[in-house]
This record gives sequence, structure tokens and C-alpha cells, in this order.
Amino acid sequence: MKRVSLVVTLALAAGLSAEAASAQTLKTVKDRGMLSCGVSQGLPGFSTPDDKGNWTGLDVDICRAIAAAIFNDATKIKFVPLSAKDRFTALQSGEIDVLSRNTTWTLSRDTSLGANFTGVTYYDGQGFLVKKSLKVNSALELNSASVCVQTGTTTEQNLADYFKGNNMKYEVIAFGTADETVKAYESGRCDVFTSDVSQLYAERLKLATPADHVVLPEVISKEPLGPMVRHGDDQWFDIVKWTLYAMVGAEELGMTQKNVDEVAKSDKPEVKRAVGTDGNLGEQLGLTKDWLVRIVKAVGNYGESFERNVGSGSKLGIARGLNQLWSKGGIQYAPPIR
Amino acid sequence: MAIEPRKPPSQLLPKLQRALGGRAGWSGFVLQLLFVAALAWISYEIVANARANLQAQRITAGFGFLANNAGFDVSQSLIPYSGSDPYTRVFFVGLLNTLLVSAIGIFFATLIGFLVALGRLSPNWLLSRISGGYVELIRNLPLLFQILFWYLAVLAALPNPRQSISIFDSFFLSNRGLVIPKPIGQPGFEPFVFALLIAIVATIALWRYARRQLFQSGKFIKVWPYALGLLIGLPLLSALIFGAPVSFEIPALKGFNFAGGSRVIPEFVALTLALSTYTAAFIAEIVRAGILSVHKGQMEAGSSLGLQRGSVLRLIVIPQAMRVILPPLTNQYLNLTKNSSLAVAIGYPDLVSVFAGTTLSQTGQAIEIIGITMGVYLLISLVTSAIMSFYGWRISRSMGG
Repeated sequence: MKRVSLVVTLALAAGLSAEAASAQTLKTVKDRGMLSCGVSQGLPGFSTPDDKGNWTGLDVDICRAIAAAIFNDATKIKFVPLSAKDRFTALQSGEIDVLSRNTTWTLSRDTSLGANFTGVTYYDGQGFLVKKSLKVNSALELNSASVCVQTGTTTEQNLADYFKGNNMKYEVIAFGTADETVKAYESGRCDVFTSDVSQLYAERLKLATPADHVVLPEVISKEPLGPMVRHGDDQWFDIVKWTLYAMVGAEELGMTQKNVDEVAKSDKPEVKRAVGTDGNLGEQLGLTKDWLVRIVKAVGNYGESFERNVGSGSKLGIARGLNQLWSKGGIQYAPPIR
Repeated sequence: MAIEPRKPPSQLLPKLQRALGGRAGWSGFVLQLLFVAALAWISYEIVANARANLQAQRITAGFGFLANNAGFDVSQSLIPYSGSDPYTRVFFVGLLNTLLVSAIGIFFATLIGFLVALGRLSPNWLLSRISGGYVELIRNLPLLFQILFWYLAVLAALPNPRQSISIFDSFFLSNRGLVIPKPIGQPGFEPFVFALLIAIVATIALWRYARRQLFQSGKFIKVWPYALGLLIGLPLLSALIFGAPVSFEIPALKGFNFAGGSRVIPEFVALTLALSTYTAAFIAEIVRAGILSVHKGQMEAGSSLGLQRGSVLRLIVIPQAMRVILPPLTNQYLNLTKNSSLAVAIGYPDLVSVFAGTTLSQTGQAIEIIGITMGVYLLISLVTSAIMSFYGWRISRSMGG
């Protein structure tokens, strides 16, 4: 890991990024014939490779949607698995075009990293996973506990804030990767594993007996997760931003992977604008008129992607909650596609 | 007629030529100059280019972040540290943890290495085979694998704190580490330390005096009874007069973990064990080679003087072998220090983990942080080399060449 960040740093220092940093990401991607997408090293539901090496997950679907919008082919992607601490350097150096790796949107990350968040793909919060045998019912009973955490995350700082704020003592053991962290938790080195709640559900699946572990009710932070792109290329920023809105917008319009061709024939003005039979919204983005149809055909609408990867259609079984559409009690909302 | 001593020819020019690569004439000099100029230009370009790119992408640069609050905690710190301290403090916490694990690792690696080497050369068949087996097994397995083995297979198998193995109800061993009573300084502490220091100085002086007597007049003085008397007697006397130097805070199980006492965390133990056993395998081979490089006539000469095997080794063979051993031994020390950065795999808070890891990803200032970290490792290595060179210089001086 150290070596990766070192190489990336040197690449950054040597100015290999000069080309990538300029406002030509779309052209670079087209010339390369492939989108380079930074994902996690394996987080079920968000980005994880199956036994054949196919990546799936909510974060992966964002990459696939972008590739579909550009190439009309959701497989033209090179996935770059990154640890939490290497992810920003990989984006800065131009090694990846977009970072879609359950990354929390914070002010300092938005301003000091030379990169921008394009939206929120998943509204998350930090929680605690403990063994049922400890008979703990609340995070406030965790005084003096040992806590395992993955290094290089907002989690580490939230943890410090929470225990300090509640006058509780704790011991933190920080590991480089999620797998090492979970292994240490499972071996009994820690009483508690803390991370974003979605990740707790995902990692719990990897444990020997998931039913012996429970996620505590407290959610101690806001963790809006979203994709990031480099500063300095507003067109690319727009493309990534509107790819997510296209998925949310498609759900609002009732378009699904199955019925997209049917719905596209509709006479409704907002549908005609979205699918490109009226106007040239896609071209304004630098894409094609049928960009939204391409996206929905490839990965479905936001709701479909959610249910398939982390919701009822997956092993994680997470409820939509905040990630429900605004019109159904959640806060997922797409600006008008017009 | 006096013969004028001929002036030696000026050594300056040939020396300069040799220093510049040994090519005769000015062509060599010009080539070297060009090379240096090109190197300087490339480094300048790299720095200027990086600066321009960082600015263009509006990535924060500079070292201002060091004064910001870290906002995260660390499991082991030799200096007082809390999350509200700045990143500079985190840097020193990490650095001290790296130095601690390196120093203790080097000590045990050297000890085990020498013992295994002597074992391998021993006439005892079983001992030499066991030592040989140790070397072959340990040095041929990847270090990261060994660290994970100690951490996840050995130490993690210890019971949890509630079922910890306890000794006298004051020492507790569990998968959270070893908890021991913590000494707390009392008013009698300072006189106690003072008495101990006096005892140590007096013992050293006594030992040197006895040695001189032995070499000059052949008179043998038994030092150890006096030394023992001094080292135990003086501090004891101080404790009797000024009261006990320390009291002990006995750890007790409270909630999830032990409260009170001092704790050695399992990450530290696993890392130290893995680093010292791994490096010891290499040191053993180096020491063995060094001892074998001493002519066996020396051994025979020692034996014919009536010295025992141990004394021959200690007094005759090893001092000569040290000259061969020292340079590769220094390499091993440097390797151990650098290998300690594998700590991140088991969550030991060393420099790479807390500074080049957590701090880097929280501030995103990769160039500055990786630069500082590389500089620090370079510095540690150079200091280690310098100490070892000094030691080597002393050995060769004491042996008259």
C-alpha cells in the first residue's frame, strides 16, 4: 500500500498528471476507449468482484452508467481497487477518471484535495457492530471498549468526537484495509467494529456467524457518500453529476430497465426531453441524445440499482430509508432534467 | 653536500580526477559537470511542475496542515497525546513508536542471532541441526506472513480479558495484551535513582580497575560480589532512609478492559516478535560467516593456552570476527527498521501507519507527507550507519589496525 501511494505520489510530482488535469477528461476517456474507475477493494453491495472478476454494487453501477452514457457499453471500464488512504491520490494523479468508492462528502475533502463531489449516491451514517454475547444495547454502554476501525476514514475522527463528547474512554486500533479490520474484530482483539452502517451490514456477511453480531441503534454521524472527480474539468463534473441524476430522474419518471423502451414512446413532455426525442439535453452534456436511455438500459433506475445491490434484492437487505425518493419520504432528489 | 629531500608531487590534481570518476584530463570533468547540471535541472523541473500542477488543480500544498488538529486517537503513545493535539504531535507519536519497536527489535534480533549462530557452530549435533532448521525456516518465509502469523494465529488465540490468564492477580495476559502493575513515583523515587546511578558508576569503575590489575600484574580480583553489594545495597539503603521509591497501581477488570496498570499491546508484541526472529535468522548467518572467517589456528592456539571453548570464542574469535560481521550486520539493522513499516497490516501505530497513513488521507497532502516520511527513514538509517561505523572504527583501533 505504501508502495502504491509512493508511486502515485512520484507520478504526481513528476507532473504526469499534466494531461489528465486539463479539461479533457471526456476526450481522454473516449480516446482510451475505456473509463478508469476507482472502487473499493471489496465491499459487498457497493463494489465487489464476483468469482469471475465481474464487479457489482451501487458504486460500480455509477461507473457502469457513465460508461454506458459515453460508449453505450457498460463493460468498457477498468476498475481500480483502492484502499481508503490511497483513493484521493489516485484521483489527483489522473490514474482514475472518477472515484466511486463509498467516500463521505466533507467540506475539507471538497476544498483541499483538488477534487469535487458530484452528488450523493447513498445517505449513510456511522454505527457500531458488536457481538451479541456482550449484551450491549446502546453505544453509550461502550465505555472502556476496544474499537477496531479502518484508517484513513472520517470514521476515525467521528469516533474520537463521539467518545470524547460522551466522556467515555476507549482504545482505538486502526488497520490499513477493511478486511484486516474485520479480521481483528472477529479474532476478539476489539469489542466493537465501527464504520458506516451500510458497511457494517456488508462486512457482517463476511463473518463466520453473522447472526452472532448486532448493529447498535445509534447513528453517530452524517455520511453522505458520493463520487468524486478532479477540479478543472467542468464538463466531466457535469457528466458524472447528471449520470446519478439520470438514474434518480428515471425512477421519478417510472422508467425501469425493462420498460424503458415502452416508456420512451410516451407523449409526456418530460419523458420526451429525458429520452432525447425532444431537444438535445444529452448533447449539451457532450454525450448523445439517448444518454439517459443508455444508462437505464445498462443499470436500471436508482431504485432498481439500490434494491439489487444493497436493498431487498440483495443479501444486505438494507431498507431504503433516507435513500427513498423525496416524493416517498426519503431525500433522494434529482434537479429537473430539462 | 646536503641532499635536498625531493618534494612529493602535488596530490591535488590526481585526487580530484579520481574523485570525479577517474577519467584523465578535462573531458571527464566536463562530463561530470554536465551530469550534475542535468540532475539539478531535472529536480528543478520536477518541483516546479508539481507546484504548477498542484496550483492548477487547487490542491492545498505546503506544511501549514501540521498545525491543525488531528482529531483521531492512537492506541499506543510514548508521549501524552489526545485527539485535540496537532498533526506534529501525531508525527512524533508515530516516530517514537517506530523507534521503540526498532530498538527493541534490534536488541532481540542481535541476541537471538548470536545464540543461533553459536548453536549452529556447536559440536552438539542436535543443537546445530535445530539452529540450522530455524535459520532455513524463518528466513525463507515472507515477513508480512510471519507478522500476521504471530498476530492472528498466536496472540489472537489468547483468551478475552474476562477470562485472562492472571499471575498473582496483578499480571494479566489476554488478547488485549499484557497488563502489568504500573509503577507510580513516590517521594523516595529521586534518591533511589540517584543511589542506583552511583552504584552503577562505582561498579564500572571497579570493573575497569580490576581489568587493569589483571592485565598489568596478572592479579585476579573477583568483582561480582562487590558489584552485587553495591547495586543492591545502595538503592536498598536509600529506600530504607527515604521510603519506597514507587508504589504499584494494580490493574483490575472494569467494563470491557482493564483499568489501571500499564499495558503492552499485542500489536507491539507481534511486530517485535516477528521482526526480531526474522532478522535474527539473517544475523545468525552473518555471525556464522564471521566466525568461520577467523582462521581455525586461532581457535587451536586459544585451546592450547588452556582456555575453554566459550572463552576462546569470547576473547579471541568473536573480536576478530566482528570486523567481518559489522558491515552486513548494519544492513540488517537498517532492514529491520524499514521493515517495521509493515506495522500497518496489524494496526500498530508506527510512523507509516499514523502519519503516512491516517494523516495523509485526512489532509490529502501526499507529496509533503511522503517527503517527510522518506526523509525521516533516511535520517534514522544514516544515524544507525554512523553509530555502527563508529563502533567498527573503535574495534579496528583497539585491534591495532
